[in-house]
Amino acid sequence: MKYQVQENCLTVFLPNELDHHNAEEIRKEADHLIEHNHIRYVVFDFKETNFMDSSGIGVIMGRYKRIYMLGGEVCAVHTNERMKKILTMSGVTKIMQIYEEEK
Amino acid sequence: MEHTNEMQLIFDSRSSNESFARVTVAAFMTSLNPTVEEVSDVKTAVSEAVTNAIIHGYENEVHSICIRGRTEGKTLYLEVEDTGKGIEDVKQAMEPLFTTKPELERSGMGFSFMEAFMDHLTVVSEPGKGTTVKMDKTIGKGRRLWTAQSL
Repeated sequence: MKYQVQENCLTVFLPNELDHHNAEEIRKEADHLIEHNHIRYVVFDFKETNFMDSSGIGVIMGRYKRIYMLGGEVCAVHTNERMKKILTMSGVTKIMQIYEEEK
Repeated sequence: MEHTNEMQLIFDSRSSNESFARVTVAAFMTSLNPTVEEVSDVKTAVSEAVTNAIIHGYENEVHSICIRGRTEGKTLYLEVEDTGKGIEDVKQAMEPLFTTKPELERSGMGFSFMEAFMDHLTVVSEPGKGTTVKMDKTIGKGRRLWTAQSL
């Protein structure tokens, strides 16, 4: 998994397939980075992602709860149509903005 | 009679097999000539069912999960079976956002996703015996088949 920390912003470059199998790893690594780098903003980059199930939604909601408590925000970038559909269906778009172009 | 085809897939309940299971089912359904969207729908549903069996059915112990697939006409029938601990209250388990494992960050959307992406969903479960998720999806619904004009 690839991550990038820029000041208080963490970008998580999600894998090709985001399921229960790799959700655990992302959760652990992202939380470690959030804790140790005073992260306030988390960007989920879906550029490489073509598959996601409800485990992925769990990862997003978990990070949101953590970041929200710290007074920050989470957002998603580079989502394809399929990812947009899953994110919208699950309702996480109510708590997370999807940006069409990188900020 | 329209063509029918069957397959059975038995594999260990390891999370690394989740992608194996959904890709195999996706390959099995190609004879129905599905759209990319329809394949994605089925893959998501299979992923949810298998993940449920691993996390909830077997609680991360390694046992067998069985997927039975059948195509009949334009419809794909799937059964995902585990012989794990079963579900006490199926109706409650199927409610959106309900989860027995919030500490694992389960979103509680597994069954909702299966319902949304497949045409029908039935869950048969007995505590202590296991759970079978039955679902089906008709491929090409609302899509007119393109046929060449004969000369």
